Amino acid sequence: MTLLAVDWLLIIEKLVLIAIIVFASLGIALYTTFAERKVAAVLQDRPGPNRAGPFGLLQPFADGLKLIMKEEIIPTSSNKALFVLGPGLAMTAALMTCSVIPWSSHIEIFDRKIDLQIADINIGILYIFGVVSMGVYGMMIGGWASNNKFSLMAALRGASQAISYELAMGLSLIAVLMLSGSLSLKTIVDGQMAAGSYWNIVYQPLGFIIFFVCALAECNRTPFDLPEAENELNFGYHQEYSSMKLGFYLFSEYINMIMSSAVMASLYFGGFDVPFLDESTLAPNIAALIGVAALLIKIAIFIFVFMWIRWTVPRFRYDQLMNLGWKTMIPLALFNMLVTGALILLKAGV
Amino acid sequence: MQALTNRAQEVSRKPMTFMERLYIPSILKGMAITFSHIFKKQPTIRYPEQKREFSPVFRGLHVLNRDEEGRERCTACGLCAVACPAEAITMEAAEREVGQENLYREEKYAAKYEINMLRCIFCSLCEEACPKDAIYLSETFAPANFTRTGFIYGKDNLLIPNPVTEPEAYAAAKGQRN
Repeated sequence: MTLLAVDWLLIIEKLVLIAIIVFASLGIALYTTFAERKVAAVLQDRPGPNRAGPFGLLQPFADGLKLIMKEEIIPTSSNKALFVLGPGLAMTAALMTCSVIPWSSHIEIFDRKIDLQIADINIGILYIFGVVSMGVYGMMIGGWASNNKFSLMAALRGASQAISYELAMGLSLIAVLMLSGSLSLKTIVDGQMAAGSYWNIVYQPLGFIIFFVCALAECNRTPFDLPEAENELNFGYHQEYSSMKLGFYLFSEYINMIMSSAVMASLYFGGFDVPFLDESTLAPNIAALIGVAALLIKIAIFIFVFMWIRWTVPRFRYDQLMNLGWKTMIPLALFNMLVTGALILLKAGV
Repeated sequence: MQALTNRAQEVSRKPMTFMERLYIPSILKGMAITFSHIFKKQPTIRYPEQKREFSPVFRGLHVLNRDEEGRERCTACGLCAVACPAEAITMEAAEREVGQENLYREEKYAAKYEINMLRCIFCSLCEEACPKDAIYLSETFAPANFTRTGFIYGKDNLLIPNPVTEPEAYAAAKGQRN
Protein backbone atom coordinates (compact mmCIF):
# COMPACT_ATOMS: atom_id res chain seq x y z
CA MET A 1 0.00 0.00 0.00
CA THR A 2 2.12 2.87 -1.22
CA LEU A 3 -0.90 5.13 -0.91
CA LEU A 4 -0.81 4.91 2.86
CA ALA A 5 2.88 5.61 3.05
CA VAL A 6 2.26 9.20 3.97
CA ASP A 7 4.90 11.41 5.48
CA TRP A 8 2.89 12.31 8.60
CA LEU A 9 5.56 14.68 9.80
CA LEU A 10 5.25 16.62 6.59
CA ILE A 11 1.50 16.96 7.05
CA ILE A 12 1.88 18.09 10.65
CA GLU A 13 4.63 20.50 9.65
CA LYS A 14 2.50 22.02 6.91
CA LEU A 15 -0.59 22.24 9.15
CA VAL A 16 1.40 24.06 11.81
CA LEU A 17 2.80 26.38 9.16
CA ILE A 18 -0.68 27.07 7.77
CA ALA A 19 -2.04 27.80 11.25
CA ILE A 20 0.83 30.13 12.05
CA ILE A 21 0.62 32.02 8.77
CA VAL A 22 -3.17 32.35 8.82
CA PHE A 23 -3.27 33.56 12.40
CA ALA A 24 -0.28 35.82 11.88
CA SER A 25 -1.84 37.42 8.84
CA LEU A 26 -5.12 37.87 10.73
CA GLY A 27 -3.24 39.47 13.61
CA ILE A 28 -1.25 41.70 11.30
CA ALA A 29 -4.46 42.67 9.48
CA LEU A 30 -6.01 43.53 12.85
CA TYR A 31 -3.21 45.92 13.57
CA THR A 32 -3.15 47.20 10.00
CA THR A 33 -6.60 48.69 10.64
CA PHE A 34 -5.10 50.40 13.67
CA ALA A 35 -2.08 51.51 11.65
CA GLU A 36 -4.37 52.90 8.99
CA ARG A 37 -6.09 55.13 11.51
CA LYS A 38 -2.82 56.17 13.09
CA VAL A 39 -1.21 56.95 9.71
CA ALA A 40 -4.29 58.91 8.66
CA ALA A 41 -4.13 60.83 11.91
CA VAL A 42 -0.43 61.62 11.71
CA LEU A 43 -0.72 62.76 8.10
CA GLN A 44 -3.53 65.07 9.17
CA ASP A 45 -1.75 66.52 12.23
CA ARG A 46 -3.84 64.76 14.85
CA PRO A 47 -3.07 62.02 17.39
CA GLY A 48 -5.47 59.31 16.23
CA PRO A 49 -7.02 56.62 18.44
CA ASN A 50 -5.34 56.74 21.83
CA ARG A 51 -8.03 55.87 24.36
CA ALA A 52 -8.21 52.05 24.39
CA GLY A 53 -5.18 50.77 26.25
CA PRO A 54 -1.71 52.31 26.18
CA PHE A 55 -1.32 54.45 23.01
CA GLY A 56 -4.69 53.05 21.89
CA LEU A 57 -3.09 49.66 21.21
CA LEU A 58 -6.25 47.78 22.21
CA GLN A 59 -8.33 49.74 19.70
CA PRO A 60 -8.51 46.93 17.09
CA PHE A 61 -9.95 44.57 19.73
CA ALA A 62 -12.50 47.18 20.72
CA ASP A 63 -13.43 47.60 17.06
CA GLY A 64 -13.71 43.84 16.58
CA LEU A 65 -15.86 43.50 19.68
CA LYS A 66 -18.10 46.28 18.44
CA LEU A 67 -18.54 44.55 15.08
CA ILE A 68 -19.35 41.21 16.68
CA MET A 69 -21.83 42.70 19.13
CA LYS A 70 -23.76 44.58 16.45
CA GLU A 71 -27.08 43.29 15.22
CA GLU A 72 -26.81 40.97 12.27
CA ILE A 73 -29.17 42.13 9.55
CA ILE A 74 -30.01 40.10 6.47
CA PRO A 75 -32.41 42.05 4.24
CA THR A 76 -35.62 40.15 3.48
CA SER A 77 -35.37 40.85 -0.24
CA SER A 78 -31.81 39.58 -0.49
CA ASN A 79 -30.67 36.21 -1.78
CA LYS A 80 -29.84 34.78 1.62
CA ALA A 81 -27.48 31.98 0.68
CA LEU A 82 -25.38 34.20 -1.56
CA PHE A 83 -25.60 37.04 0.93
CA VAL A 84 -23.88 34.88 3.53
CA LEU A 85 -21.50 33.36 1.01
CA GLY A 86 -20.13 36.71 -0.21
CA PRO A 87 -18.05 37.79 2.78
CA GLY A 88 -16.82 34.26 3.36
CA LEU A 89 -15.62 34.01 -0.21
CA ALA A 90 -13.86 37.36 -0.02
CA MET A 91 -12.10 36.30 3.18
CA THR A 92 -11.14 32.84 1.89
CA ALA A 93 -9.73 34.20 -1.35
CA ALA A 94 -7.76 36.81 0.56
CA LEU A 95 -6.25 34.23 2.91
CA MET A 96 -5.53 31.64 0.20
CA THR A 97 -2.91 33.79 -1.49
CA CYS A 98 -0.54 33.41 1.44
CA SER A 99 0.08 29.75 0.65
CA VAL A 100 2.64 30.24 -2.13
CA ILE A 101 4.53 33.20 -0.73
CA PRO A 102 8.03 32.20 0.41
CA TRP A 103 8.19 33.70 3.89
CA SER A 104 11.83 32.79 4.30
CA SER A 105 14.39 30.11 3.46
CA HIS A 106 14.22 26.99 5.60
CA ILE A 107 14.71 26.16 9.25
CA GLU A 108 16.22 22.99 10.66
CA ILE A 109 14.62 21.27 13.65
CA PHE A 110 15.91 17.82 14.70
CA ASP A 111 17.74 17.35 11.40
CA ARG A 112 14.54 18.02 9.55
CA LYS A 113 14.56 20.72 6.91
CA ILE A 114 11.35 22.76 7.01
CA ASP A 115 10.65 25.18 4.19
CA LEU A 116 8.97 28.35 5.37
CA GLN A 117 6.56 28.26 2.46
CA ILE A 118 3.32 26.33 2.54
CA ALA A 119 3.49 25.11 -1.06
CA ASP A 120 6.27 25.74 -3.52
CA ILE A 121 4.23 25.03 -6.62
CA ASN A 122 5.89 25.66 -9.94
CA ILE A 123 3.11 28.00 -11.10
CA GLY A 124 2.96 29.98 -7.85
CA ILE A 125 2.39 33.38 -9.36
CA LEU A 126 -0.29 32.04 -11.68
CA TYR A 127 -2.01 30.54 -8.64
CA ILE A 128 -1.99 33.94 -6.96
CA PHE A 129 -3.56 35.52 -10.01
CA GLY A 130 -6.24 32.86 -10.06
CA VAL A 131 -7.09 33.30 -6.40
CA VAL A 132 -7.09 37.09 -6.65
CA SER A 133 -9.61 36.95 -9.48
CA MET A 134 -11.70 34.66 -7.25
CA GLY A 135 -11.75 37.49 -4.72
CA VAL A 136 -13.75 39.55 -7.21
CA TYR A 137 -16.54 37.01 -6.80
CA GLY A 138 -16.83 37.87 -3.12
CA MET A 139 -17.51 41.45 -4.06
CA MET A 140 -19.73 40.54 -7.03
CA ILE A 141 -21.84 38.06 -5.07
CA GLY A 142 -22.14 40.41 -2.11
CA GLY A 143 -23.31 43.26 -4.31
CA TRP A 144 -25.68 41.06 -6.29
CA ALA A 145 -27.22 39.27 -3.32
CA SER A 146 -27.91 42.53 -1.47
CA ASN A 147 -30.65 43.30 -4.01
CA ASN A 148 -29.78 46.95 -3.87
CA LYS A 149 -29.05 49.14 -6.91
CA PHE A 150 -26.10 50.86 -5.34
CA SER A 151 -24.52 47.62 -4.22
CA LEU A 152 -25.00 46.07 -7.63
CA MET A 153 -23.53 49.08 -9.36
CA ALA A 154 -20.55 49.03 -7.03
CA ALA A 155 -20.07 45.32 -7.66
CA LEU A 156 -20.13 45.89 -11.41
CA ARG A 157 -17.62 48.69 -11.09
CA GLY A 158 -15.42 46.57 -8.90
CA ALA A 159 -15.50 43.64 -11.29
CA SER A 160 -14.76 45.72 -14.38
CA GLN A 161 -11.98 47.54 -12.56
CA ALA A 162 -10.40 44.30 -11.39
CA ILE A 163 -10.56 42.79 -14.87
CA SER A 164 -9.09 45.89 -16.54
CA TYR A 165 -6.20 46.18 -14.17
CA GLU A 166 -5.43 42.49 -14.02
CA LEU A 167 -4.47 42.71 -17.71
CA ALA A 168 -1.84 45.39 -17.16
CA MET A 169 -0.69 43.58 -14.03
CA GLY A 170 -0.22 40.34 -15.93
CA LEU A 171 1.66 42.08 -18.74
CA SER A 172 4.05 43.80 -16.33
CA LEU A 173 4.54 40.47 -14.63
CA ILE A 174 5.54 38.75 -17.88
CA ALA A 175 8.66 40.94 -17.99
CA VAL A 176 9.67 39.66 -14.55
CA LEU A 177 9.00 36.09 -15.61
CA MET A 178 11.20 36.55 -18.68
CA LEU A 179 14.02 37.67 -16.41
CA SER A 180 13.73 34.84 -13.92
CA GLY A 181 12.50 32.17 -16.30
CA SER A 182 10.16 30.66 -13.73
CA LEU A 183 6.65 31.02 -12.40
CA SER A 184 7.60 29.74 -8.97
CA LEU A 185 7.88 32.55 -6.43
CA LYS A 186 10.63 30.70 -4.60
CA THR A 187 12.75 30.51 -7.75
CA ILE A 188 12.11 34.18 -8.49
CA VAL A 189 13.27 35.15 -5.00
CA ASP A 190 16.28 32.83 -5.14
CA GLY A 191 17.25 34.36 -8.47
CA GLN A 192 17.30 37.79 -6.87
CA MET A 193 19.23 36.52 -3.84
CA ALA A 194 21.96 34.83 -5.83
CA ALA A 195 25.39 36.45 -5.64
CA GLY A 196 26.03 39.04 -8.33
CA SER A 197 22.36 39.60 -9.15
CA TYR A 198 20.30 42.58 -8.17
CA TRP A 199 16.69 42.90 -7.10
CA ASN A 200 14.24 42.93 -9.98
CA ILE A 201 13.34 46.56 -9.27
CA VAL A 202 16.73 47.48 -10.80
CA TYR A 203 15.77 45.83 -14.08
CA GLN A 204 12.06 46.58 -13.97
CA PRO A 205 11.38 50.06 -12.54
CA LEU A 206 8.57 50.77 -14.99
CA GLY A 207 7.15 47.29 -14.56
CA PHE A 208 7.12 47.77 -10.82
CA ILE A 209 5.24 51.07 -11.03
CA ILE A 210 2.63 49.48 -13.27
CA PHE A 211 2.36 46.46 -10.99
CA PHE A 212 2.04 48.69 -7.93
CA VAL A 213 -0.71 50.83 -9.44
CA CYS A 214 -2.57 47.71 -10.53
CA ALA A 215 -2.16 46.22 -7.06
CA LEU A 216 -3.80 49.34 -5.63
CA ALA A 217 -6.68 48.85 -8.03
CA GLU A 218 -6.93 45.13 -7.24
CA CYS A 219 -7.11 45.84 -3.50
CA ASN A 220 -9.78 48.51 -4.07
CA ARG A 221 -7.57 51.02 -2.33
CA THR A 222 -7.77 54.74 -2.90
CA PRO A 223 -7.41 56.24 -5.52
CA PHE A 224 -9.21 53.23 -7.02
CA ASP A 225 -11.79 52.59 -4.31
CA LEU A 226 -14.73 53.05 -6.66
CA PRO A 227 -16.57 49.92 -5.46
CA GLU A 228 -17.10 51.58 -2.10
CA ALA A 229 -17.43 55.20 -3.18
CA GLU A 230 -19.32 56.55 -0.19
CA ASN A 231 -20.51 59.73 -1.82
CA GLU A 232 -21.76 58.14 -5.03
CA LEU A 233 -22.84 54.65 -4.02
CA ASN A 234 -23.72 55.11 -0.35
CA PHE A 235 -21.20 52.54 0.75
CA GLY A 236 -20.72 50.37 -2.27
CA TYR A 237 -21.08 46.63 -2.36
CA HIS A 238 -21.17 46.16 1.41
CA GLN A 239 -23.92 48.68 2.05
CA GLU A 240 -26.45 46.10 3.26
CA TYR A 241 -23.95 44.26 5.40
CA SER A 242 -23.70 44.65 9.12
CA SER A 243 -21.96 43.08 12.06
CA MET A 244 -19.12 40.64 11.42
CA LYS A 245 -20.09 40.09 7.77
CA LEU A 246 -19.17 43.68 7.13
CA GLY A 247 -16.12 43.09 9.27
CA PHE A 248 -15.10 40.21 6.99
CA TYR A 249 -15.28 42.45 3.93
CA LEU A 250 -13.27 45.21 5.55
CA PHE A 251 -10.84 42.68 6.95
CA SER A 252 -10.32 40.91 3.65
CA GLU A 253 -9.34 44.25 2.15
CA TYR A 254 -6.54 44.56 4.68
CA ILE A 255 -5.42 40.97 4.18
CA ASN A 256 -5.36 41.61 0.43
CA MET A 257 -3.15 44.58 1.12
CA ILE A 258 -0.73 42.47 3.14
CA MET A 259 -0.65 39.73 0.53
CA SER A 260 -0.13 42.07 -2.40
CA SER A 261 2.66 43.75 -0.45
CA ALA A 262 4.23 40.34 0.11
CA VAL A 263 3.91 39.50 -3.60
CA MET A 264 5.44 42.81 -4.63
CA ALA A 265 8.26 42.37 -2.15
CA SER A 266 8.90 38.88 -3.51
CA LEU A 267 8.73 39.85 -7.16
CA TYR A 268 10.61 43.13 -7.16
CA PHE A 269 12.37 43.60 -3.84
CA GLY A 270 14.09 40.28 -3.31
CA GLY A 271 11.50 38.75 -0.98
CA PHE A 272 13.24 37.74 2.24
CA ASP A 273 16.62 38.87 0.95
CA VAL A 274 18.59 41.27 3.11
CA PRO A 275 20.73 43.52 0.92
CA PHE A 276 24.53 43.28 1.30
CA LEU A 277 24.27 40.21 3.51
CA ASP A 278 25.42 36.78 2.47
CA GLU A 279 22.89 34.47 4.07
CA SER A 280 24.86 31.31 3.31
CA THR A 281 27.50 32.22 5.90
CA LEU A 282 24.93 32.21 8.72
CA ALA A 283 23.36 29.29 10.52
CA PRO A 284 20.21 28.35 8.58
CA ASN A 285 17.82 29.02 11.48
CA ILE A 286 19.20 32.51 12.11
CA ALA A 287 19.22 33.25 8.39
CA ALA A 288 15.58 32.17 8.18
CA LEU A 289 14.57 34.40 11.07
CA ILE A 290 16.41 37.37 9.57
CA GLY A 291 14.67 36.58 6.29
CA VAL A 292 11.22 36.62 7.89
CA ALA A 293 12.01 39.92 9.58
CA ALA A 294 13.27 41.40 6.31
CA LEU A 295 10.14 40.36 4.45
CA LEU A 296 7.89 41.71 7.21
CA ILE A 297 9.74 45.03 7.15
CA LYS A 298 9.31 45.24 3.38
CA ILE A 299 5.60 44.44 3.76
CA ALA A 300 5.24 47.10 6.44
CA ILE A 301 6.88 49.69 4.20
CA PHE A 302 4.54 48.78 1.33
CA ILE A 303 1.50 48.98 3.60
CA PHE A 304 2.62 52.38 4.79
CA VAL A 305 2.91 53.54 1.18
CA PHE A 306 -0.58 52.18 0.48
CA MET A 307 -1.95 54.20 3.39
CA TRP A 308 0.11 57.23 2.54
CA ILE A 309 -1.40 57.20 -0.95
CA ARG A 310 -4.88 56.70 0.45
CA TRP A 311 -4.66 59.78 2.61
CA THR A 312 -3.18 61.89 -0.17
CA VAL A 313 -4.97 61.17 -3.41
CA PRO A 314 -8.68 61.64 -4.07
CA ARG A 315 -10.68 58.98 -5.89
CA PHE A 316 -10.54 58.68 -9.67
CA ARG A 317 -13.64 59.21 -11.69
CA TYR A 318 -14.88 56.04 -13.37
CA ASP A 319 -13.98 57.13 -16.93
CA GLN A 320 -10.57 58.33 -15.74
CA LEU A 321 -10.02 54.94 -14.16
CA MET A 322 -10.86 53.11 -17.36
CA ASN A 323 -8.80 55.51 -19.49
CA LEU A 324 -5.83 55.07 -17.20
CA GLY A 325 -6.17 51.33 -17.23
CA TRP A 326 -6.72 50.70 -20.92
CA LYS A 327 -5.03 53.65 -22.62
CA THR A 328 -2.02 54.19 -20.37
CA MET A 329 -1.26 51.16 -18.24
CA ILE A 330 -1.67 48.42 -20.85
CA PRO A 331 0.36 50.19 -23.60
CA LEU A 332 3.07 51.00 -21.06
CA ALA A 333 3.12 47.41 -19.86
CA LEU A 334 3.35 46.13 -23.44
CA PHE A 335 6.18 48.57 -24.16
CA ASN A 336 7.97 47.45 -21.02
CA MET A 337 7.56 43.82 -22.02
CA LEU A 338 8.92 44.42 -25.53
CA VAL A 339 11.93 46.38 -24.30
CA THR A 340 12.74 43.75 -21.70
CA GLY A 341 12.48 40.98 -24.27
CA ALA A 342 14.67 42.87 -26.73
CA LEU A 343 17.33 43.54 -24.11
CA ILE A 344 17.35 39.91 -23.00
CA LEU A 345 17.84 38.82 -26.59
CA LEU A 346 20.56 41.43 -27.11
CA LYS A 347 22.42 40.23 -24.03
CA ALA A 348 22.16 36.63 -25.14
CA GLY A 349 23.76 37.76 -28.41
CA VAL A 350 21.23 36.30 -30.80
CA MET B 1 -20.64 88.18 -18.51
CA GLN B 2 -18.97 90.35 -15.96
CA ALA B 3 -17.16 88.46 -13.25
CA LEU B 4 -18.36 89.01 -9.71
CA THR B 5 -14.86 89.17 -8.27
CA ASN B 6 -11.41 89.75 -9.66
CA ARG B 7 -10.40 86.23 -8.58
CA ALA B 8 -12.34 84.48 -11.35
CA GLN B 9 -10.15 82.35 -13.60
CA GLU B 10 -10.74 80.93 -17.04
CA VAL B 11 -11.12 77.14 -16.85
CA SER B 12 -8.46 75.42 -18.90
CA ARG B 13 -10.05 72.91 -21.25
CA LYS B 14 -6.98 71.85 -23.15
CA PRO B 15 -6.43 68.08 -23.18
CA MET B 16 -3.93 66.66 -20.73
CA THR B 17 -0.44 65.89 -21.92
CA PHE B 18 0.96 62.38 -21.62
CA MET B 19 2.84 63.20 -18.43
CA GLU B 20 -0.32 64.62 -16.91
CA ARG B 21 -2.27 61.57 -17.93
CA LEU B 22 0.20 59.38 -16.06
CA TYR B 23 -0.83 61.31 -12.90
CA ILE B 24 2.33 60.12 -11.18
CA PRO B 25 4.28 63.43 -10.97
CA SER B 26 1.37 65.28 -9.42
CA ILE B 27 0.58 62.36 -7.11
CA LEU B 28 4.19 62.35 -5.93
CA LYS B 29 3.96 66.09 -5.31
CA GLY B 30 0.85 65.54 -3.19
CA MET B 31 2.51 62.70 -1.31
CA ALA B 32 5.46 64.94 -0.47
CA ILE B 33 3.04 67.43 1.04
CA THR B 34 1.28 64.84 3.18
CA PHE B 35 4.62 63.34 4.24
CA SER B 36 5.81 66.72 5.46
CA HIS B 37 2.79 66.79 7.75
CA ILE B 38 4.16 63.82 9.73
CA PHE B 39 6.70 66.17 11.28
CA LYS B 40 4.32 69.00 12.01
CA LYS B 41 3.24 69.83 15.53
CA GLN B 42 -0.21 68.53 16.40
CA PRO B 43 -2.56 71.22 17.66
CA THR B 44 -4.62 68.57 19.49
CA ILE B 45 -5.01 68.71 23.26
CA ARG B 46 -5.79 65.38 25.00
CA TYR B 47 -8.77 66.94 26.67
CA PRO B 48 -9.66 65.29 29.96
CA GLU B 49 -6.00 65.00 30.97
CA GLN B 50 -4.80 68.25 29.47
CA LYS B 51 -6.80 71.41 29.41
CA ARG B 52 -6.31 74.44 27.26
CA GLU B 53 -5.32 77.47 29.30
CA PHE B 54 -7.92 80.15 29.54
CA SER B 55 -7.12 83.77 28.93
CA PRO B 56 -6.89 85.86 32.09
CA VAL B 57 -10.09 87.67 31.14
CA PHE B 58 -12.04 84.45 30.54
CA ARG B 59 -15.59 84.63 31.85
CA GLY B 60 -16.80 81.26 33.06
CA LEU B 61 -19.24 79.96 35.66
CA HIS B 62 -20.55 82.29 38.31
CA VAL B 63 -19.40 82.18 41.90
CA LEU B 64 -21.33 83.63 44.84
CA ASN B 65 -18.68 85.09 47.04
CA ARG B 66 -18.18 85.10 50.81
CA ASP B 67 -16.24 87.56 52.85
CA GLU B 68 -13.09 86.66 54.79
CA GLU B 69 -15.14 85.46 57.79
CA GLY B 70 -17.10 83.08 55.57
CA ARG B 71 -20.32 85.09 55.47
CA GLU B 72 -22.33 85.36 52.30
CA ARG B 73 -21.92 88.74 50.71
CA CYS B 74 -25.16 88.72 48.67
CA THR B 75 -27.96 90.88 50.01
CA ALA B 76 -30.51 89.88 47.36
CA CYS B 77 -30.83 93.44 46.10
CA GLY B 78 -31.69 92.15 42.64
CA LEU B 79 -29.38 94.48 40.71
CA CYS B 80 -27.73 91.56 38.96
CA ALA B 81 -31.09 90.20 37.84
CA VAL B 82 -31.98 93.63 36.49
CA ALA B 83 -28.66 93.99 34.75
CA CYS B 84 -28.81 90.53 33.20
CA PRO B 85 -29.56 90.91 29.48
CA ALA B 86 -30.49 87.24 29.16
CA GLU B 87 -32.78 87.28 32.23
CA ALA B 88 -31.03 84.23 33.56
CA ILE B 89 -30.99 85.18 37.25
CA THR B 90 -33.82 84.77 39.74
CA MET B 91 -33.65 85.16 43.47
CA GLU B 92 -35.78 85.29 46.61
CA ALA B 93 -34.79 87.48 49.52
CA ALA B 94 -35.12 86.65 53.21
CA GLU B 95 -34.36 88.47 56.42
CA ARG B 96 -31.51 87.44 58.67
CA GLU B 97 -32.66 86.04 62.03
CA VAL B 98 -30.89 86.62 65.28
CA GLY B 99 -28.02 84.12 65.57
CA GLN B 100 -27.35 83.97 61.85
CA GLU B 101 -24.80 86.78 61.88
CA ASN B 102 -22.02 84.33 61.16
CA LEU B 103 -23.83 83.16 58.00
CA TYR B 104 -24.88 86.37 56.32
CA ARG B 105 -23.01 89.65 56.20
CA GLU B 106 -26.02 92.00 56.01
CA GLU B 107 -29.56 91.91 57.41
CA LYS B 108 -31.01 90.68 54.15
CA TYR B 109 -29.79 87.67 52.22
CA ALA B 110 -30.74 85.53 49.22
CA ALA B 111 -32.76 82.51 50.35
CA LYS B 112 -32.88 81.24 46.80
CA TYR B 113 -30.48 82.28 44.06
CA GLU B 114 -30.69 80.58 40.67
CA ILE B 115 -28.88 81.12 37.40
CA ASN B 116 -30.03 79.31 34.28
CA MET B 117 -26.79 78.40 32.56
CA LEU B 118 -28.58 77.73 29.29
CA ARG B 119 -29.83 81.31 29.17
CA CYS B 120 -26.70 82.94 30.54
CA ILE B 121 -24.47 84.54 27.93
CA PHE B 122 -21.52 84.98 30.32
CA CYS B 123 -21.34 88.71 29.70
CA SER B 124 -20.42 89.43 33.34
CA LEU B 125 -22.77 92.38 33.58
CA CYS B 126 -24.02 90.90 36.88
CA GLU B 127 -20.48 91.13 38.20
CA GLU B 128 -20.35 94.78 37.17
CA ALA B 129 -23.78 95.52 38.62
CA CYS B 130 -23.15 93.96 42.04
CA PRO B 131 -22.52 96.63 44.72
CA LYS B 132 -21.32 94.08 47.28
CA ASP B 133 -18.78 92.16 45.17
CA ALA B 134 -20.95 89.13 45.83
CA ILE B 135 -20.89 87.58 42.36
CA TYR B 136 -18.09 87.14 39.89
CA LEU B 137 -17.35 84.93 36.92
CA SER B 138 -14.79 82.18 37.47
CA GLU B 139 -12.35 80.30 35.25
CA THR B 140 -14.40 77.17 34.63
CA PHE B 141 -17.30 76.51 32.30
CA ALA B 142 -20.55 74.66 32.90
CA PRO B 143 -20.12 70.88 32.48
CA ALA B 144 -22.45 68.87 30.27
CA ASN B 145 -25.71 67.61 31.69
CA PHE B 146 -28.43 65.21 30.64
CA THR B 147 -31.43 67.40 31.48
CA ARG B 148 -32.32 71.04 31.09
CA THR B 149 -33.14 71.33 34.78
CA GLY B 150 -29.58 70.27 35.51
CA PHE B 151 -28.40 73.56 34.06
CA ILE B 152 -30.33 75.64 36.57
CA TYR B 153 -27.67 76.27 39.16
CA GLY B 154 -28.85 77.02 42.67
CA LYS B 155 -27.00 78.35 45.66
CA ASP B 156 -25.60 74.90 46.39
CA ASN B 157 -23.72 74.99 43.07
CA LEU B 158 -22.81 78.65 43.01
CA LEU B 159 -21.71 79.44 46.54
CA ILE B 160 -17.96 79.43 47.08
CA PRO B 161 -16.71 77.12 49.88
CA ASN B 162 -16.25 78.68 53.28
CA PRO B 163 -12.74 80.19 53.57
CA VAL B 164 -12.65 79.59 57.33
CA THR B 165 -13.72 75.94 57.45
CA GLU B 166 -12.47 74.70 54.04
CA PRO B 167 -9.61 76.98 52.95
CA GLU B 168 -8.23 74.62 50.24
CA ALA B 169 -11.56 74.23 48.48
CA TYR B 170 -12.04 77.99 48.76
CA ALA B 171 -8.68 78.69 47.15
CA ALA B 172 -9.37 76.20 44.35
CA ALA B 173 -12.77 77.72 43.62
CA LYS B 174 -11.39 81.23 43.79
CA GLY B 175 -8.78 80.51 41.14
CA GLN B 176 -6.35 83.20 40.01
CA ARG B 177 -8.87 86.01 40.40
CA ASN B 178 -9.00 88.39 43.29
